[in-house]
Amino acid sequence: MSQTAFEVHDMTVAYHRRPVLWDIDLEIPEGKLVGIVGPNGAGKTTLIKAALGLVQLASGKVEIYGKSYEEQRHLIGYVPQRESVDWDFPVTVRDVVLMGTYGRLGWFRRPGKAELEIADRSLQHVGMGAFAKRQIRQLSGGQQQRVFLARALAQEAQIYFLDEPFAGVDAATESAIVELLEELRTSGKTVLVVHHDLQTVSDYFDYVILLNMRLIACGPVEETFTNENLQKTYGGRLTILDEAAEAIRRSKPLQ
Amino acid sequence: MISLSLSDKVMIGTALLGGMSGVVGSFAVLRGRALVGDMLAHAALPGVCLAFLITGNRHLLGLSLGALASGLAAIAAVTVILRWTRTKEDAAIGIVLSTFFGAGVVLLSVVQKPSTGGNKAGLHAYLFGEPGGMLNSDVLLLAGVAVVVLAMVALFYKEFLVVCFDTDFAQSQGWPTLWLDLAMMAALAVVTIVGLPIVGVILMAAMIILPAATARFWTNRLSVMLLVSCGFGAAAGVLGTRLGRGYPAGAAIVLTASFLFLVSLLFAPQKGLVARLLVEYRLRRRIADEHLLRTLYELSEPQLPESPVIPLESVREYRHWNSLERVLERARDEELIEWGEEQVQLTPLGVHRAAQLTKAHRLWELYLMDYANIAPDHVDRDADDVEHMLPEALLVKLEEELAAEGRLPAVLAEVPESPHELSPET
Repeated sequence: MSQTAFEVHDMTVAYHRRPVLWDIDLEIPEGKLVGIVGPNGAGKTTLIKAALGLVQLASGKVEIYGKSYEEQRHLIGYVPQRESVDWDFPVTVRDVVLMGTYGRLGWFRRPGKAELEIADRSLQHVGMGAFAKRQIRQLSGGQQQRVFLARALAQEAQIYFLDEPFAGVDAATESAIVELLEELRTSGKTVLVVHHDLQTVSDYFDYVILLNMRLIACGPVEETFTNENLQKTYGGRLTILDEAAEAIRRSKPLQ
Repeated sequence: MISLSLSDKVMIGTALLGGMSGVVGSFAVLRGRALVGDMLAHAALPGVCLAFLITGNRHLLGLSLGALASGLAAIAAVTVILRWTRTKEDAAIGIVLSTFFGAGVVLLSVVQKPSTGGNKAGLHAYLFGEPGGMLNSDVLLLAGVAVVVLAMVALFYKEFLVVCFDTDFAQSQGWPTLWLDLAMMAALAVVTIVGLPIVGVILMAAMIILPAATARFWTNRLSVMLLVSCGFGAAAGVLGTRLGRGYPAGAAIVLTASFLFLVSLLFAPQKGLVARLLVEYRLRRRIADEHLLRTLYELSEPQLPESPVIPLESVREYRHWNSLERVLERARDEELIEWGEEQVQLTPLGVHRAAQLTKAHRLWELYLMDYANIAPDHVDRDADDVEHMLPEALLVKLEEELAAEGRLPAVLAEVPESPHELSPET
């Protein structure tokens, strides 16, 4: 059995005294592609932000390879939601990707030749090599997402947290991301992805976290991504239930 | 009155102030904090008056500390309002700014009562700015602040950049984003406050915002923007004091900065208004030209390779035109068409060009419909590029599909490419 890459114990997170995540307990083994699934407002983004220390925990703890994230930051790669930044900011694509190397560089040191090489390699990896000198405003949504992925690759992390990388991207970017996820898994990385499309969960991921303010279930997709668990996750929302049923129906032949 | 050395002092002082305002202003503007500078400036007034009442003299350092104290109180007030009420940020800033400024004006009238005595006129500089009263020590203070601020930005450039662009990401990497943010705010506050006696509380915000906003027109790199903004700020300071002699200096500096902004807004390459209108005009003209050629090609298509004479009436009916005559004139000037008496005919060169265009356009349509999801990176390119950017194999396939539909312009091979061979006999 491989070691545990990411674990959460009794974690509660509250915004303005209103809890958004209750008593979360989960363990993710190394080398898995993990989908984080749940309705809007279920706390998916909050789970990621809590894992990265971006929001305060009301209680509980988060561990990356057995230690707190403060000690393990160098192992973490992060892709925030695309809309969280100003895409009119005066930087080039390469500047953004270089930011991935800042954590390793530490105070005052400027990115040098080695960092430039990492940045360019990361850009090529996501098929954006030709865009290095472009101003980020000129990018399409899918291209923006790829730039963010390249920045995370430049972090050369062991465990990646991706917040809705598939939101609003074109089909080509979606398949490029899936390919990238699989490459990361092959090289032993662990990737947690906030995901909205129930239809593709069983195709893209081998582990799933079902979340609705509480942890509904966490485990391998074939055992965990069941109709029953989805009903618990999505409650009485009919349209989503239909979607869930469809997702289950689709995933059956795979098992 | 103004000796040479004083005017030199004033010039150096205003240049220093303009330069550092440009640098800290760039960060403020990019973070959407332009109004914070305005608030700090206005909120400084009561602090200045209180400091004068307490110390009884008007040394820049004492007054600046007073300004800093009331500026911090204003920031605290905004924070409290945002935290505990449902007031929005712009409203909160407006409330605090005007309240503090009102208090400042009242205090100023207290200070100026004869009973308090002393240098009453001196504090008026804080309202509208008066660099003429600059002392050697003031220039030294400005220079000291400028060195500290510029050194800080040079030292923390990378850290400021990542915090400004993506705070969450910076924090996930372990940067102390709150402290870096506070450092940027502190630099903004200090520059604002040392600038008050020169430009005045009312106009100081313009010094923070204008050079940065001006620089943004000229570059897409933060590093360059900082330098350009610094330059514009310094230039506004020097030119403003030079050209504005005899007028209130603070206002003259700000107006110079506004003028630089206006010029950039109009004439900056790419982002300037003129450049953008020009690009749009050219694009529209090109689209109209291409529409004409494609229309003529499609109307001629049944009779090709013979190029038929087409009544203008059917061209008009074929699609909507804004100014068909002008489009026709341009095409005639390029020898693409013969035109007269309500009819029009493609020249051999025109047929060739039109066939190329039509082919590219049809390939592009087909590609967008059937294959676009393969290469969406390319969607923003021109239809003209279609043959250069698509892989050979795909192009062949697309051409086959077009041919199967009978829509592949077939005349291309039969029309001579060189324009020299075609002219007279059409």
